[in-house]
Amino acid sequence: MSDITIIGAGVAGLCAAYALSKAGLTPRLIDRAGAPGPHGCSWWAGGMLAPFCEGAVAVPVIVAHGQRAASFWAEVTEVTHRGSLVLALQRDRVELDRFARRTSGHRVADDLAALEPDLAHHKSALFFGAEAHLDPRRALSDLVAALAARGVEIEQGEVTPDKIAGPVIDARGMAADLPDLRGVRGEMVVLRAPEIELSRPVRLLHPRHPLYIVPRAGGLFMLGATQLESSDRRGVSARAVLELLSAAYALDARFAEAEVLETGADVRPAFADNVPRVSVQGRVLHLNGLFRHGYLMAPALATQAADYLTRGIKGDLVHED
Amino acid sequence: MRDFYGVTLGNPLMLGTAQYPSPAVLEAAFRQSGASVATVSLRREGGQGRAFWDIVKRLGVHILPNTAGCHSAREAITTAQMARELFETNWIKLEVIGHADTLQPDPFGLLEATEALAADGFDVFPYTTEDQVLAARLLDAGARVLMPWGAPIGSGLGLNNRYGLKTLRAAFRDVPMVIDAGLGLPSHAADALEMGFDAVLLNTAVAQAGDPVGMARAFALGVQAGELARDADPMNSRDMAQPSTPVIGKAWL
Repeated sequence: MSDITIIGAGVAGLCAAYALSKAGLTPRLIDRAGAPGPHGCSWWAGGMLAPFCEGAVAVPVIVAHGQRAASFWAEVTEVTHRGSLVLALQRDRVELDRFARRTSGHRVADDLAALEPDLAHHKSALFFGAEAHLDPRRALSDLVAALAARGVEIEQGEVTPDKIAGPVIDARGMAADLPDLRGVRGEMVVLRAPEIELSRPVRLLHPRHPLYIVPRAGGLFMLGATQLESSDRRGVSARAVLELLSAAYALDARFAEAEVLETGADVRPAFADNVPRVSVQGRVLHLNGLFRHGYLMAPALATQAADYLTRGIKGDLVHED
Repeated sequence: MRDFYGVTLGNPLMLGTAQYPSPAVLEAAFRQSGASVATVSLRREGGQGRAFWDIVKRLGVHILPNTAGCHSAREAITTAQMARELFETNWIKLEVIGHADTLQPDPFGLLEATEALAADGFDVFPYTTEDQVLAARLLDAGARVLMPWGAPIGSGLGLNNRYGLKTLRAAFRDVPMVIDAGLGLPSHAADALEMGFDAVLLNTAVAQAGDPVGMARAFALGVQAGELARDADPMNSRDMAQPSTPVIGKAWL
C-alpha cells in the first residue's frame, strides 16, 4: 500500500520518489511512457553539476542548492568530481573577464596544459574546481535501479492528479499545464571523437554562440545547448547544428573529424524566474520548472518536497497557494 | 514626443526583450526603465513562442515585432506577415542583415522589403545606416520613421559616426528617428537625444548587464537627461575659454 502517488518519472519524479522513500514513505510511481527515455527532456540533458558557472546568469538560490546536488547523485550513480573549465577564444577575452566577475568558486587556469593537455593551445581559462558532472542517461537508469532495490517500480499509465485519491506529486513537466509554466527549447548534438581527450566539462564563452561540451565514456561528447523561448519539440534545426559544431570546431579543430552520433531537441519547463518550485495545491504538490537545471536542482526540489510532506518544513522552493 | 505612425510615445526609450536572465528580470527591467515600446523577435521561435510572447504582451507597452535574423527581403517579408498575425499590429521593425559578422543592414534588401511592406499596409521602422541617400529612398518607398544605427548590433560602442548622424538628423527634420543598435551606456542614450533624435532602442546593454534592473533605471535617467537637455536649448560649444565671471575690473595682482 502506498502513501503517495508520483506522476512522472523524469528527473523530478524519480528524485522525489527516492527522497520520499528515504524519508520512510512508500511512493507509487506512474509515468505515461514507463521508464525514462527519449520521450522526456531529462534524456537530453548535459549532466553538468556546475552551480558556480550557472551563477553567471542564475539567481543565488540556484548556486546555493546546486552545490549539494553532487552528493545526492553520488549515492546512486557515478559522479565525476573533476571541476569544470571555462574558456574564451582570444578575441573574446573580455567575455572571460566578465564571466569571472559574475561568478565565484574559480581560479585562473594557468596550468591548463596540466589540467587538460588537449586544450593547451588555448591561452585563457577559468577553473571551477568544486564542480562535477555525470552521465544523465546512466544516472536515470541507476536511479531507477536504486528505487527498485527499495521496492519502488515504475508503472506505465496515463493519469492526472484529479483521478487519484490521496496525496499526489505531479512531476509531469510540460504536461502538467500549470498557468505560469512556459517551454524553453534546447538542442544538442552527440559526437564520437576518440582522438580527443577531455576529463571535465568545458564551456566556451562566445557572445553569440555559447557552447558547453561534456565528455562521456567511450570517446563521446555531448554538445549543448541552445536556449530558445519556444515550445517547439520538432527535431534540431540546421542553424543549431551549425552553431554548436562550429563552436566545437573553434575549441578543437579535430572535432571536424568526429562522427555525429545523435542530435536531439526538447522543451524544458520553466517558470518566469527560471527557478523550480514545489507548488502546493491542496493534496497535490507540483514539482516543476527545473528549466536547464534538472540534474542540478531536482535533488533540492525532491528533498524540500519530502521535508514538507514528512516534517512540515517549508523550504525556499516551496510555494503554498 | 513625435508621432510614430499615429502613436505618440510617452517615453523615448524602446527596449528589446532578448537575452535577459529570465522573464521575471525582463519584466522588472521594463518597469524600472519606463520604456514605452518592447521589440520582440520571432524568427527562431518558429511560431511556438506563445508563452513568452504573452509575457511580453502583459508588459502593457507597445509591441514592435522585428525581423531580426533575416538575411533577405523575402525572408523579412514573410516574418513581417507572421508578426502582424501574431501580434495584431502593423508595426514592424525591419531588419535585413547584409553581413553575418558585422550584422550591418543590407541597404538593397532593406529598400526592397520596405517598398513591399509599405504597399501591404505595414508601418515600417527600417533599421538602416546613417546614409542620407538610402534614407531618402526609404522615405520614398513609404517609411515614415527611420532607425539609423548608433554602432553595430551588440557592440556597445555608442554613436559611432556622430557627423553622419548629425547630418542625417538635419537633413530630415520632420522624420521621427530612433537610434537603434550599438548603445552600451546611458550616456550614449542621452547623447542621442541631445543630438535631436526622437527615441533610442537598445537591448544588450540592459539585458546583459550584471544587474539588468539597475541598468534599466540608469537608462531611464539617461534618456530623461537627454530629453531635458535637448528641450532646454543647449549652449554652443566653442574652441576658446569664455569666463563665466567677467574679468574686467577684477584685481589681478
